[in-house]
Parts: sequence; C-alpha cells; structure tokens
Amino acid sequence: MKNASLPISIEKITKKYGSTYALDHVDLEIKSGEFLTLLGPSGSGKTTLLTVLAGFTRPDGGSVKFGGTEMVCVPPHQRDVGMVFQNYALFPHMSVAENVAYPLKIRGVKGLEAQERVERSLEMVRLGGYGKRGIDQLSGGQKQRVALARAMVFEPRIMLMDEPLSALDKQLREHMQIELRQLHEKLGMTTVYVTHDQREALTMSDRIAVINFGKIMQLDTPRAIYERPLNKFVAEFIGESTFVPVHIENGIAQFANFSFKTLHNDSRHGAALLMLRPERLKVLRDQDNLNTQFNEFSGQLVHLVYQGDSSLLEVKLPNDLLVQVRMPSVELQNHQNLQAGALLRLAVSVQDTVVLSAEGGTS
Amino acid sequence: MSALPNALALRRADSIERLWLLGLVTPAMLLIVITMVLPVGWLFYLSLLSDTGAYTTEHYVRMWEQPSYMRTFRATFEVSIMTTAICLVIGYPLAYFLSELPKRAANLCMIAVLLPLWTSLLVRTYAWLVLLQRKGLINNWAIELGLWSEPIALVHNMLGTLIGTVHVMLPFLILPLYASMRAIDRNYLRAAANLGASPMKTFWSVFFPLAMPGMATGALIVFILCLGFYVTPAVLGGGKVIMVSSRIANDIEIFFNWGAASALGVVLLVMTALLIWIFMKLLKISNPMSQVVKS
Repeated sequence: MKNASLPISIEKITKKYGSTYALDHVDLEIKSGEFLTLLGPSGSGKTTLLTVLAGFTRPDGGSVKFGGTEMVCVPPHQRDVGMVFQNYALFPHMSVAENVAYPLKIRGVKGLEAQERVERSLEMVRLGGYGKRGIDQLSGGQKQRVALARAMVFEPRIMLMDEPLSALDKQLREHMQIELRQLHEKLGMTTVYVTHDQREALTMSDRIAVINFGKIMQLDTPRAIYERPLNKFVAEFIGESTFVPVHIENGIAQFANFSFKTLHNDSRHGAALLMLRPERLKVLRDQDNLNTQFNEFSGQLVHLVYQGDSSLLEVKLPNDLLVQVRMPSVELQNHQNLQAGALLRLAVSVQDTVVLSAEGGTS
Repeated sequence: MSALPNALALRRADSIERLWLLGLVTPAMLLIVITMVLPVGWLFYLSLLSDTGAYTTEHYVRMWEQPSYMRTFRATFEVSIMTTAICLVIGYPLAYFLSELPKRAANLCMIAVLLPLWTSLLVRTYAWLVLLQRKGLINNWAIELGLWSEPIALVHNMLGTLIGTVHVMLPFLILPLYASMRAIDRNYLRAAANLGASPMKTFWSVFFPLAMPGMATGALIVFILCLGFYVTPAVLGGGKVIMVSSRIANDIEIFFNWGAASALGVVLLVMTALLIWIFMKLLKISNPMSQVVKS
C-alpha cells in the first residue's frame, strides 16, 4: 500500500516577527518520497517552516509548491497533508477509533470501508483492537501511535511531523525512531520531520536541513553533515567538537608547532578553524608509528573521566587550548600512561581534518 | 508487623493529621447546618401549618387549584429560560472572543465583564428604570432623533424584566464558559483543520463539544439564579411579571401568610433541585462547579 508521494518546492519563503526574521528567504527542494529533517535549536525557525507547510502560518511572501501546485495561499483544511503534532492533539472527547475515523468522515468515507481503513491504520501502528479506548486511557507511546494512525489513514502524500517523539522517554523514543523510519519505508510518503535532537535527525533522515536564524545553514545527508560540516554552527550543533584556531597555507593548517594536512586542497589562506571530533582522535602508544594518512600532535593529559562505554580525556595543547578525546573504554588497558600530567601523542586522520572558515558563518 | 519499629508513633501521626483536617472543615459545616439545614426544615414545617396552627396540606392544594399560581410558575420559567437563552446568544461569542485574546488583554476585558458585579444590584436595577421608563433617557433620545414618535413601553413588562435579568446574569454565564474555552488546546483546532475540517466543521465537531461543560455550567447557574430572582424582576416587571419570589414576598408582607409563602418556597426548592439533578444526569457532569474550579 505504497502511496503516491509528492515533491515539495519551497522558494524564498520569508516570515518576519517585528524586526527579526523567523524565516529568511528559505529555498528548499524536497524530493518525492524523501525523509527530510529540519534540525535546529529552539527559535531557529524550523517549526515556523513546518507550520508554513501545514498552512497554519501565513508567510510574508514566497512560494510553496506540492508537486508543482502553488499551495501558499491554500487554507490548511484544503492542503491534504498529514501532520503529527508535538503533543499529539488527539481529540479528548472522541475514542481512539473516532479520532482515526475523523479525517475519513470529513472526506465522506462511511460505513464498512471507513471501519476497515481505521482498523488497518491502527494495525499499522500495532494498536489493532484499541479502537474503543478513550484517549486518556493510553500511554504516551500509544497516543503517539494513534496520532500517527490518524495522520496517515486518509493516505496523504505528504506527512509533517513536529517533534513527535519529544514527549517520550529515551528508550521508547529510540524504539519509535526505528519504527517511524520503517513505516516511512513502507508507505513512502514525502516526510518533513522537525526535531532539535541531532541524534534523532542523524538516525532517521535521508537528508538533514540544519536551520538557524531562519536560514538553512547546511542541507545534506546525515553523514556529510556530521563529517563535513560547512560552518562552525553546524559543527557545534551536531556532535561534540573542539575548535583549534589555525593558519592555513598551501593546504596545510598550522597550529603552534604542529601542522595538519587537510583533504580538500583549497586555495584558502590565512586564519581558519580546525574542527576536531573527540571520537575521531586517537591516543598513540610509544611503539605506534603513523603513515602519511594521519596528522600527529601532542599535549598534556588534564584528566580522564570514565563514562562506561567510553572515556573522555581532556588534553591541554599549547596556548592552554583544551581538546577532548573520546576513547572506547576497552582500549584503556592498552595504555599504561594515562595519569594526569602525562604527555600524550594524539593523531587524527587526514580524512577527519576539517577546516572551517574562521567566521564560522554564525554569531 | 508488630516488630516494626515506631509503628505506633507513625500511626498516631496519621490520625493527628486526619483530626486536623476534620477540625478545619468544622466551622463551614456548622455554618451550613445553622443557615441552611435548620431554616429549610423550619420552612417545610411552616408550610404544613394552617393559620390556627393545625397540620394541613391546604397550601399545597391551593397551589394546584388556583390558576394564578400556575401563571406565576409559568412566568418564572419563562423569564428563566429566556434569560438563559439570551445570555447564551450574547455571551457565547463574547467568551469566545475573550478566549482568543492574549492573556493580559483578556484579563483586562474580564474586569469589564465583572464590573457590574461590584455595583449594588439595587443601584443597577434602578439605573435601568431611569433609562427605560416612559420619560426615560432612551425614549427621550429616540423621539428626539425621530426613531419613534410615541414613548415605547420598555419597562414594567417582560421586555424590561429580561433586559435587567440578562444584564445581571451575563457574567455568571461568561465566567465558566470563558474558563472552559480558554482551557481548549488550540492544537486541537489546528489538527482538525489539518485533517480536512472547514472552520465551521472544526467549530461544531471539536470546539463546541470541548466547551460544552463550561457552557452547561454557566447556563445552569444563570437558570437557577433566575428561578429565585427577586429584586430585578420585581422592580422592572412592575407588577406585570410576577415571579415566584415576588409572590412569596407578597404572601408575607401583605397577607402575613407564612404557611403559603413557605409552601411556595418548598416547591421552588424541590423544582430547582430536580432540575439540577436532571441536568447533571443529561450532561454527565458530576459537579457543576468543577469547571470553574479547574481553571
């Protein structure tokens, strides 16, 4: 029962509140059947963009097209998109089945067909037989599923989700992430998903649009967003990172007396920022030797924090610059010399040596 | 069990807490017994006494046999139903408007709605008399502006009574209605629109049912207050609209007939209680004030 899906084309969408831009000339092409996540901190404009797609917020200008049809002036009830709300917004005066049947009733689907579709939709979210329950008899996770069933029972070709998992506890959230993703693969509708949780975005999306100050800071696959951030904001917002001020010349980044080969042989010159991901740094033992695919540098261990699956080491580089190194805890036994004050040799592969412009694109 | 240390002391602490709670409600309980239960019992007793002090059912029989009593009850229900209906027509849109305003603005407007309650009922009623009478402000202006040529009877009839009662009762409807509208998560309305419901359909299928408890509570309060309303209908009705409360006053002040007055009081009380009970059964409200308290 794979539905036809529609591409979404967003052009120059702008919304101002007072003198601040909630959305600043946003352009975004979402492919048919794609799972795209809008990721950003609160107040970044990601939810505003979603409500523009749903029709709840009227932008000051711009264009929103669903499969080539201009939708920006169409009222929400004529847009035919499914939406899952943050707090589910299940009607409290209706049963589970009545909630799910609501969009069918409005579309004139009645009787046995409506009943079957409601039941099928509930089975899809593994709540078959829950139809007669009241909304307040459901747990958070069940409400979430009913909201999902209600949003997809009328087979919309576009699905919008506004932080649908944020009210669930961690374990359930991770479980639902996988389930949502599987449902998307089964149904194939174009999905726009809003979250401020970077891990959720990385787990679920085909592509991620990182948003801040009403602008798209980067639009790419989860892997590219994580490994090749375009600017300091994206690098900081997604994953842990340390920034080292460097000087670039001929593709070599210089910090104190260390030099880092970079992958992209760009012709950039002058001040820049080197981004180091803690888990991509390697602590070398005395006997380790490196090939040319690695950059080596060193610093003094400040302290080591044991965190279960991994341990966090804080290492002081020249100029009192602190760098964090994450080491799988199984490797602790391979190192003898991990007392505070010890001199550590560190390495990062050229692949993971990412240089960003010093302005960082933000702040 | 017996081996548990401190079990006795802990149990004693429990009972002391319960005693405290009981002590706190005692004054209110006493007040209710003294001012409600005793007088109502006394009233019932009086309604069964004749002039000479013998037991009799004559007061109740008379109410059944004399058509003037029937007219009184009918007028009482007419005024109450009309007042409730007009309050709903005026109050519902107003409460909706208030519930859509930002909280601060809504609070300011709410003061305006409640302002009449801070003024003496008598003052408000006589103010209406001044405005509405034959040579009152409204008739004078209307004639000067040429809206109508002869003074219109705006008071001392059903119209005047309703103008007065609606004015007095409106806040009692708006208060619970507003509270219950305010409590409706606007995301429900967005969800309905998203699922394809037009604004009209959204209102009737989502907003109206969710605001129902507040509306029912407000309407019930207005209706019941109207059943026993005395001052405003007596002044603005001018003897043309005689409600049960006026009749009770007459029985006592003019005829000194405590028995007849008591019987009327008892019948009114029973009818009111019955109505509340039916109403709550119909709407499945366990406590009509719960909506007000919740907000």
